[in-house]
Amino acid sequence: MPVLELEKNFQDKIDKDIRIEPKDWMPDKYRQTLIRQISQHAHSEIVGMLPEGNWISRAPTLKRKATLIAKVQDEAGHGLYLYSAAETLGISRDEMIEQLHSGKAKYSSIFNYPSLSWADMGAIGWLVDGAAIINQVPICRCSHGPYARAMARICKEESFHQRQGFEILLTLSKGSDEQKAMCQDAINRWWWPSVMMFGPGDDASPNSAQSMRWKIKRFSNDELRQRFVDMCAEQVKILCMTIPDPDLKWNETKQHYDFGAINWEEFKNVINGNGPCNKERMTARIKAHEDGAWVREAAIAYAKKSLTLKGALETT
Amino acid sequence: MKDLIKKYFYGDYGDKENAGVDGSDGSKAPLDPPVPVRKGDGGWPLWEVFIRSKQGLDHKHVGSLHATDAQMAIENARDVYTRRQEGISIWVVESIYIHASNPADAASLYDPANDKVYRHPTFYELPDELKHM
Repeated sequence: MPVLELEKNFQDKIDKDIRIEPKDWMPDKYRQTLIRQISQHAHSEIVGMLPEGNWISRAPTLKRKATLIAKVQDEAGHGLYLYSAAETLGISRDEMIEQLHSGKAKYSSIFNYPSLSWADMGAIGWLVDGAAIINQVPICRCSHGPYARAMARICKEESFHQRQGFEILLTLSKGSDEQKAMCQDAINRWWWPSVMMFGPGDDASPNSAQSMRWKIKRFSNDELRQRFVDMCAEQVKILCMTIPDPDLKWNETKQHYDFGAINWEEFKNVINGNGPCNKERMTARIKAHEDGAWVREAAIAYAKKSLTLKGALETT
Repeated sequence: MKDLIKKYFYGDYGDKENAGVDGSDGSKAPLDPPVPVRKGDGGWPLWEVFIRSKQGLDHKHVGSLHATDAQMAIENARDVYTRRQEGISIWVVESIYIHASNPADAASLYDPANDKVYRHPTFYELPDELKHM
């Protein structure tokens, strides 16, 4: 079948909301865009374990330690679901890890910020996981079968993360003056980076139009960002805290919250490797991979040895 | 014995010559079969995971993971895919042993069934007074 006809059939399927599965024909660009998006999503989950892993040894109670460990373990699993989905598109795990370590592949800008206090665990759960949920729920219906299914699995687990985070902040907000101050300080530091998680404004987003046509992306960055702001502006009232945006105001006509200007310079810097923790994150990832090499090699050697022994037994 | 028929497996990326990893001691035991891996998996084969969530249900495909042997694959599958009591039974199969039909052949592969409408119960017109059928 000529390529033009294949492309037409492909777009027909997309328009009819028929899912594309691994062995189906797909345009090279569709495959490449998905490999890029899914692998970067996977990298974000794995790198995202670092700012929270930072506080496991210093959680205030055993319950907080256990729930934080569970959350970080979940993130590792989420990374796996996504790497698996990406691998169905023809890229290998080694290649993806190489791209992350070399800086060729990006990960979510938010994880380049430091976690400075225990309250950050609450702010990250509430704001960062909250933003992730808003981003991820629409992708559960994206055109690519494996990506959509991975998203469905992730979304089920993500709501525990957000509730755990909010509960931490709620507890702090009802505590001593120092705890309340720590809570507000964490919100102040994590608010704008979370708002930036949704990416550049619609007119500055190069990949959006084609991603929408292929139903990889279902809503624009600005739409999702507005949803996030509207949601958090209400939720913050329950904490009796404030969002660090003097321009945040309910707009009766639009039935949405107006909010202040985003510092896109900061976003660009962080994405390009000049955020507060970019180097630290990459160093940690590369070290973990290299330090773990002996485990991987030992596992292979053991497996081969078992096969040899099994083979020898079967011939006797 | 000569291999007269070459069998292609799903997931075979044509890297048979890259299969297998050098043993650290350099020795090659005579009965040592190559570990079936694709290039770029760091020497660890890819496995597909199937979970039965409840007695009475089928195993469903949930995803994949890398592991060096079946025991590791099952343990990792348990750690990732059954964290919230989603499963009571796990199957793992190395991905290269899954054989799949080609979606491009769907038209011809399933065509014989398309005009056999008599396989559907609704094809048969029977009187309304007839009960329990």
